[in-house]
Amino acid sequence: MKSVLALTLCLLAALMLPGSSRADDDAFAAALRALNAESYADKIDAAQTLAGLGDPRTGAVLSALADGNLYARPDGSIVMQPGNSYLDPITGQTVSGLDATSLSAITVNNRLRGVLRGLLAGLDISSPDPAARLNAVQAVAEQGSPESAELLHKALEHETDPAVKRAITGVLAGLDLSSPDKARRLAAIEALSGKADRTVKGQLETLQASEPDPEVKAAAAKAISAIATKLAFVDVAANLFQGLSLGSVLLLAAIGLAITFGVMGVINMAHGEMIMLGSYTAYVVQEAFRAWAPPDWIGLYLIVALPVAFLFTALVGIALERGLIRFLYGRPLETLLSTFGISLILQQAVRSVFGAPNKEVANPAWMTGGVELTSDFTVTWNRLIIILFCIAVLGVLAALLRWSSFGLQMRAVAQNRPMAAAMGIRTGRIDAFTFGLGSGIAGIAGVALSQIGNVSPNLGQGYIVDSFMVVVFGGVGSLWGTLVGALSLGAVNKFLEPYAGAMLGKILVLVFIILFIQKRPRGLFALKGRSVEN
Amino acid sequence: MKLFQSLVGAGALLAASSVSFGAMAADDTIKIGVLHSLSGTMAISETTLKDSVLMMVDDLNKHGGLLGKKVEAVVVDPASNWPLFAEKARELLEKQKVAVVFGCWTSVSRKSVLPVFEQDNGLLFYPVQYEGEESSNNVFYTGAAPNQQAIPAVEYLMSKDGGEVKRWVLEGTDYVYPRTTNKVLEAYLKAHGVKDEDIMVNYTPFGFSDWQTEVAKIKQFGAAGKKTAVVSTINGDANVPFYKELANQGIKADQIPVVAFSVGEEELAGIDTKNLVGHLAAWNYFESVKTPENDAFIKMWHGYIKNDKRTTNDPMEATYIGFKMWTQAVEQAGTTDVNAVRQAMYGQKVKNLTGGVAVMNSNHHLSKPVLIGEIQANGQFQTVWKTKDVIKAEAWSSYLDEDKGKVADWTYPWVCGNCTAPKYAAQ
Repeated sequence: MKSVLALTLCLLAALMLPGSSRADDDAFAAALRALNAESYADKIDAAQTLAGLGDPRTGAVLSALADGNLYARPDGSIVMQPGNSYLDPITGQTVSGLDATSLSAITVNNRLRGVLRGLLAGLDISSPDPAARLNAVQAVAEQGSPESAELLHKALEHETDPAVKRAITGVLAGLDLSSPDKARRLAAIEALSGKADRTVKGQLETLQASEPDPEVKAAAAKAISAIATKLAFVDVAANLFQGLSLGSVLLLAAIGLAITFGVMGVINMAHGEMIMLGSYTAYVVQEAFRAWAPPDWIGLYLIVALPVAFLFTALVGIALERGLIRFLYGRPLETLLSTFGISLILQQAVRSVFGAPNKEVANPAWMTGGVELTSDFTVTWNRLIIILFCIAVLGVLAALLRWSSFGLQMRAVAQNRPMAAAMGIRTGRIDAFTFGLGSGIAGIAGVALSQIGNVSPNLGQGYIVDSFMVVVFGGVGSLWGTLVGALSLGAVNKFLEPYAGAMLGKILVLVFIILFIQKRPRGLFALKGRSVEN
Repeated sequence: MKLFQSLVGAGALLAASSVSFGAMAADDTIKIGVLHSLSGTMAISETTLKDSVLMMVDDLNKHGGLLGKKVEAVVVDPASNWPLFAEKARELLEKQKVAVVFGCWTSVSRKSVLPVFEQDNGLLFYPVQYEGEESSNNVFYTGAAPNQQAIPAVEYLMSKDGGEVKRWVLEGTDYVYPRTTNKVLEAYLKAHGVKDEDIMVNYTPFGFSDWQTEVAKIKQFGAAGKKTAVVSTINGDANVPFYKELANQGIKADQIPVVAFSVGEEELAGIDTKNLVGHLAAWNYFESVKTPENDAFIKMWHGYIKNDKRTTNDPMEATYIGFKMWTQAVEQAGTTDVNAVRQAMYGQKVKNLTGGVAVMNSNHHLSKPVLIGEIQANGQFQTVWKTKDVIKAEAWSSYLDEDKGKVADWTYPWVCGNCTAPKYAAQ
């Protein structure tokens, strides 16, 4: 009898539960429908109401809305599409038999998206995942409202993770600057003075301007000057990194030319087009991966593209040398004109095959984004990887020239052709391979450059002048000269840019090079070679 | 050498024969010129417009041609070379005797052909948004003037929905369009109470690719505590590295939005837009707008180009409107004579692809709607704001002191593109 009673109670409870949540469901559904409003202001109201309900289902709906995955059906009910299938946000069940064309997406703009980020952060701040909490703290801080300070104070009370704790105290210090309590303001200034952050500096400056208390004012002034010193250091570091990065791009573009022009003395105007062909190879390999490889492998396409681009452009280079350039040795003017013609032909050929518009070569996930060292200085992954890659290419090339028999023969032919021929070196073949090597390196440079710029038929044009500039400046025929030339030009350019602007900076660098060449016609590191002796 | 000579001879012979064929066919065809770069730096944008004109011609011929005649497009390639634009324009007008020319993209190419069209009394349809400050009797401007693109975009950003922006970065490529547009914008901003220290203007060369310093500078400028936005008149190839750098340095659209005037669907096709969602563009047309006219246009384009992935864009719509208006004007005038067609052009109406009706005004510019769109992850724009009605283009900006009082009106009594008093006022 007792057990029957217990069972009935259980059943009753089970019946009660959905009953009580039905009322919640109604409120939730009403707030949901309100999201499909005409104006953004109404949508913001609806999102805030929704977040205020404290319903556990809210997070999924708001993040779907922020991502543009929330749709209204013709009857006004809402579905979301977090993955491939449509879900009913109220029941969490998959909705089947939906006519996708009848759905209208609920549009989002930046303002609404910002509000949503704040609301989601508010929900996330009690998330069990410390990383999510950290993001939430930052997002809440950006809102910068009095409510967010309150929210953070509450969150700090039961926060256990030290990193999140530190983030919250940092953010709170910023908010406490406007606190009416003098001790709190002083403490906030103290906490903030160690930061190299321009926003903080701005906050302190506004405080300094409006502060009545002399003690606080002095503390603020001191903190401002401390921050300014730090910012100056950060500026130099950022300029150095950016200069290094620009230098490595110049170097990559110029290494191939350092071989064809520097070692062989061929004025190869089609060098830029070899870079362009390398970029298009990266594009083709990427498309092949998208079409045939498993989706998880897409990040690897770049690594596959490197050898493919090297081989392809090297073959084009060899064909060019055997088919045309070898007939023109010793006639620089004709080489210049004919390779210029080749460059136009290659450009137009690529335009005919791939079309004139830019091609999208996506950065793999491991090359996207960067780390923000300070608010002024972000080290972006693609730049960093290109710097490292550039060093690797240069190292391999230097080793090849120094220690391989091909490198030995190449240097021999470059220094004294008749003598090298007399020693049994097939100079024609070495010429072809040398040109192939230079072109191949231009090809892999193209793969790397596709990660930071356009992939269009004109890609090479942007690099050809810079490449010649680097090679001539560094010293024709010297790899070290090319390295030093590229890096110093990059650094000079980047240190000039903040003061002179991009346009004037570039002009100043060109003027500097012209003057430098007057003084040292053979560049930084002059090397004896065929081209020089002629 | 002998071989070369004979080759040249054969080539000359061929060229001569094709010219004579052209002359023979002249009676039952109407020739129109297409003056867009098919090679060089501008080929990336202009090839699409050449294809658009050919598509329209194709469609027109399929529906019986014009005045009972077939329309024949004469395509020339000025190769992104500004002086060559003038030469090719002369060739089209004087040798080919075309009735009208559709062409040009950059302002410098338009300025280069302008004297030729004025001297030969030709007719040019210019389909690209531009800086204004011009109204020629021989040009119909079907792209947006600054008050149809730049000003509404800034107004939107100043509004509550746009984020109430208080601090502005005007970032542009260093040539006439960005410089003039920024001059108009600066005057507008100052007239609306924005202080000097809240405006930063910066120019970079064509094809600029190393944006690290510039983007870092934008970030610093935006750290001053006021809502900041970037107005970008960056043109052409420099956009891809700019947006990549923005994404990599983590500038999000809800913190510092970038509104661009030269970035459309075609330019976005070269960029992975996942990290750019929310950045803006202002145009008179977006491919994503759903209207029956636009659906039909996209279908026609995909059918003509035989590629479903190709996008449409604003200058294509401007080409479409210009071509339709010209054919309507020719039919109305009953001739392709330039003076008659020009007269028939005023007040000519064509349905916009995005809804509403475009009207040709007597200042040779259109009345069109203005749309602001946010970039989506799929490379399309989503309209977030639209003008209630069409906006009439102003050739001369009302915000620039040097333009005060200037009027462009090619009907009686003004008959002038740049006057402060009518030419034929009652004496």
